[in-house]
This record gives sequence, C-alpha cells and structure tokens, in this order.
Amino acid sequence: MIEIRMHGRGGQGAVKASFVLAEAAFQGGKYVQAFPRFGVERRGAPVEAFTRIDDKPVQIRSQIYNPDGVIVLDPTLIEVVDVTKGLKKGGWILINSDKKPEFYDFGDDYKVYTVDATEIAVQNRLGSRTAPIVNTAIVGAFAKLTGIVKIDAVFKGIDNSIPRSQEANKRAAKQAYDAIASR
Amino acid sequence: MVIKFQKNDKPVKITGAKDMPPMPAALGSMLQNKTGSWRNVRPIIDYEKCIKCFICWKICPEPAIDIVDELPVINYDYCKGCLMCMEECPKDAISYEKEGK
Amino acid sequence: MKKTMMGNFAASWGAQLSRVQVIAAYPITPQTLIVEKLSEIVADGELDAKFIKVESEHSAMAACIGASATGARAYTATSAQGLALMHEMLHWAGLARLPIVMTNVNRAMAPGWSIWADQNDSLSQRDTGWMQIYASSAQDILDSTIIGYKVSEQVLLPTLISFDAFFLSHTVEVVDMPDIELVDKYLPPYNPEYKLDVKDPRSFGALTAEEYYYEFRYKMQEAMDKAVDVIKEAGKEYEKLTGRAYKLVHPYRCEDADLILVTSGTIAETTNVAVDELRAEGKKVGNLRIRVIRPYPKKEILEVIKGVKKLAVIDRNISPGYSGIFSQELKSALYNEVNIPVRSYIAGLGGRDVKIQDIKDMANDALKNDSPNDLIWKGVKL
Repeated sequence: MIEIRMHGRGGQGAVKASFVLAEAAFQGGKYVQAFPRFGVERRGAPVEAFTRIDDKPVQIRSQIYNPDGVIVLDPTLIEVVDVTKGLKKGGWILINSDKKPEFYDFGDDYKVYTVDATEIAVQNRLGSRTAPIVNTAIVGAFAKLTGIVKIDAVFKGIDNSIPRSQEANKRAAKQAYDAIASR
Repeated sequence: MVIKFQKNDKPVKITGAKDMPPMPAALGSMLQNKTGSWRNVRPIIDYEKCIKCFICWKICPEPAIDIVDELPVINYDYCKGCLMCMEECPKDAISYEKEGK
Repeated sequence: MKKTMMGNFAASWGAQLSRVQVIAAYPITPQTLIVEKLSEIVADGELDAKFIKVESEHSAMAACIGASATGARAYTATSAQGLALMHEMLHWAGLARLPIVMTNVNRAMAPGWSIWADQNDSLSQRDTGWMQIYASSAQDILDSTIIGYKVSEQVLLPTLISFDAFFLSHTVEVVDMPDIELVDKYLPPYNPEYKLDVKDPRSFGALTAEEYYYEFRYKMQEAMDKAVDVIKEAGKEYEKLTGRAYKLVHPYRCEDADLILVTSGTIAETTNVAVDELRAEGKKVGNLRIRVIRPYPKKEILEVIKGVKKLAVIDRNISPGYSGIFSQELKSALYNEVNIPVRSYIAGLGGRDVKIQDIKDMANDALKNDSPNDLIWKGVKL
C-alpha cells in the first residue's frame, strides 16, 4: 500500500486532486481511498488531502501520518508548512514549480521532483491565469514518477472524474508526464 | 372492544395482541363512534339571518359543520354541542335548545 | 459495476437504487452531500420521487411518517443535533410501525461544537423502536440501505443506518454498484396492509388506553425478535445476488482467539488490520464487529465468543455516569450465560483518530491484564 499526502491552498483543488489520483489508480486496477483533512476549508489557507492505493481493499480507516510521498500543489506553501512532516525516509516530494529540483533542499532523505504544472495548466486553459487548475497535470506527473498507474489509466480517470474540458485535462496530464524533472 | 380492521371484514373481537394490527390503526372508528350522543344542547342555525360567512364551519372543532348547497349544515351525528359556533356567529343566527326535551 | 465514490454518495445511490418515493430532509454537516445528491437525482428525473424541503429535522421525520403511512417508501438523512431534534418523531415512526430508512452520519453532539465522528447521537436514540445498523465501509452503506428497506418492510420497523463522519462520509473509495434490475428483483414495491387511503378510510395513532397500549409494545418486541431472522435471511438473499454477505455480527479471526476485540463502525475495519499485525506477532487476537445493535444479536454474539478467555470492547461513545454503550450491552448479554472478563475502552470521541497502534495498545493492555475493567480512557490527555 502506498500513502500520499497533498498540500495545497483552499480553493486550489487539492481535495479534487486526491480524488482524481484515486480515480486514476482505480482505473489502473487498484483499490483506493481518498479523503480531505477532516474539517473546514477556507480559501487560501493551507489544506491537505490524502490518497491510499493498494492491490487489495483498503481497510485502514485512520488518517495518514507517514506518507510514502508528498505532492505540493503550491510551492509557496513550503515556507508556511512542513511538507516533509512524517514523510517516510526515502520518500518522494513532487512540487508544482518552475524551478529545477536542485532548487529545493530537503536533505538527503527524500527524492525531489518538480513539474511546472501551473504553466501547463495555463497553456491548456485550465482554470484562469490567476487561478489555474493544476490537479490533472500533477496526476500525470505522479504517474510517471511512481509507475503505479499508466498514463492511459490517468486518461480514464479524467474521463470519469472531471466533468468538462476532458481533452485539455488529458493533454495537461500527458505534458506533465513527459516534463517531470528529478534530481 | 369490537372492531373492523378491513372494510368487508366481520367485526373482530379483540382479546389480545394476536388479534391486533401492528400499529394503532382501525377502520373508520368515527363511523361507529357517533359522538353526537355526547351532546346535551343542540345548536340551531336560523337561515333567515345567516349571511354564509362560514365562520361557524371554520371554527367548529369537531368538525361537524358541513357545507351543503352553499349553506352551513350541522351534522348532528357528530356535533357535541359545544356552542362555539353560536359564540362566534357575527349575526346571532345560531341559538340552542336543550336535548331530551 | 465498480465505481469510486464518497461514503455520503453511497447512501444517496442506495436510496436511489431502492426507488424511494418520498425524500424529506434538512441539511446538516456532514450529511449535506447525501441529500444534495438526491435532490439532483430527483431533479434530473433519474428517480421518480417527491423531494420535500422542510424547515427542520423534526419536520423531515414528520413528513416521512406521513408519506410512509400512505404506503410510500420514505427516506431521510441527518446527523447529530438534527437526529436529536427528531427524537419525538422517532418514537412515533417506531410505534406507528413505519418502515422508514434513515441515514445518520455519526457526529459528536455539541457543545463543544464538533462535526467529527462519535456515536453518541445515534445511540441516544437506541430505545425509540428503530433497528440500528453501524456501517463500516461505503459499500456497507449502499448495501445496507437496500437491505434496510427489505427488512423494514417485512417486520414493519424503521431502520437507522449510521456511519462515522468523515472517516466514511467524506472518504472516496471503491464501491460495487448493483444493477437496478438486480435490486428490483430483490426489493419488490412496498404495499402495506394498513395504510392511509381516502378510498378506504382508517384512523391511525388514535388514543390508545392502557387496555391496548401495553399489547402494542409487546407486538413491537415480537417484531424486533422476528427481525433477527429476517435480517439473516435478507442478508443471505443479498449475498446470493451480489456475493456480499451481511450479518448481524462480523467475526474476524475469532476461532482460536485468546482475546476478542468487540468493535463497530470504521474502528472495526482498522481493527481487522491491527488483528493481522497482532497475529503476525504471535498474539491470538480476533475482532468481532457488531453491525446491528437493535435488534441485539445476543445469540449470535455468544456463539462467537464462547470459549474465549477475554473480551475487550472499544466504544466511540459513552453513557456519562456509567461507561461505553456497546460495552454495557455486551456485559448484559454475558450475564446469566457465560463468565468472561470484559475490559472496556473509550476511544475516538469527537473524531479523535483511532490508529492501528492505538488498537494494538488496547489489545496488548487487555492481554496483559486479567482483571475486568468497566471504563478505560484510551489516550485521554490528563
């Protein structure tokens, strides 16, 4: 089983991203669970969402404290919250950023990946220029990073969980899949 | 108690739980229970004075005043003789008599 | 067909698949999404039902009572304070013997104002004459709604299906949606013998003196007793159609156990994982999930636990002044039957997370201590 934590800001689509990720993994034949940090969400405030992926039905009903990987939808959050909190040694951090992974220093315990999901979302007219919707791009990058789900499953996941602009979302996922950079 | 549970049933004598429906439900108990027998005074409408305002029809707590041919008509099978209609009638069109005279 | 969905939507789809005819509801977090989805389903013409917007939960249940009395299949959903406001009407639905199915998202009672998981809301309604089911997965929520109508309409008692706020209500997981044709086969239209009908007038709920009230209570108990077998049968029939088994109690690795943990709701699922880990450490621990608490499955519980050395109950609820409620129920079932020491733990009130390690801690504490204990506060900060 792998456990993933998403960091975003209220209104940015972190919860939706955790659902799209789960849907993609489900389309890839996995059992999944996805949930928000239980509580209230306020626009702009840091929010967290979680996804579990396993080959068998997920029975754990407690929250995620030691994720295998962390996805950061907004790089400015890194200064505000400890995105590595509880992250397993050897775990990965995927950041939506126009910087190279080397720009971020989390020590040697973690692998860092970056993808400019914001730029990809803007290019594909997802959301607005000031509030682009990056969740499908980031899921594309996740597919490449982990190999847990194939890009085709991501496409199917988008078909099933995104109500409109499905083709643009798929293009964004594929672009991010191809563009992810690792250190 | 003797009661009918279905329209076409013979009345059933209830001796215990086995004869009872699951919930307090009885077929038209009001059809059998004519509460007009509780009355000791009888209201009477004077149709010469009646202006068809239907306040009596509206306030009758039973309700035992029907509208028949656009007039209020007291149903003595159920009227208990409370005389609220008489109290409320704006034209004093309702008076009463003692029952059993 | 397998789909991913939030626990709340599993309740909505369960109601839709049951072809409910009247929905009356008032929104409250974390239940809101259930009825929001149903209002969409009705507005889109995917369900031929009347959706009644009401001004309170008391009215919601009153509307369901009226609808059900006419022979319509009625549904509502609520949570915590909303369920408490319904209290008077819950007794009415029970004694009027109306097979309403209601979803309750278990949420802590205020104050302190809380929207998180806690079973005190539904357990406070234990004695209103409703059957009570505690679901532990989104699949369970959907299936229990369908089975709920099947059972309720046979024994003429309402069903309350409760599940933990957020741990299920707002969690997306994989649910196998049965085809509507299959549900139609399982759940025939509701056509009660006694109903409100202008063509065949009948009075309901009239004054009932001591001459008969006592007997109505007796008949309700008879129905609850019968419900035990009806729930078993309905579960078996559902298993034949879907492959998924639903019983009153769900034992997990209990056969040779030294210690059986007695759990409910989502804690029960996490406990299965904890049991696997404890077994891997060589500790003979099992988990008995109580799915139905009314009617109380005394015989079914005794069958599982006879011969075990120790029992430990984990309660996400408390009856202030005594102890956890599942614990009291279990101890009363044991008395006169078998003498097994019970250690009773309170955990997870107000949505506090109950982790695998917490469950293992409680199991290890129970394995270590031979003395019974009515009330142990797991993880309370003193």
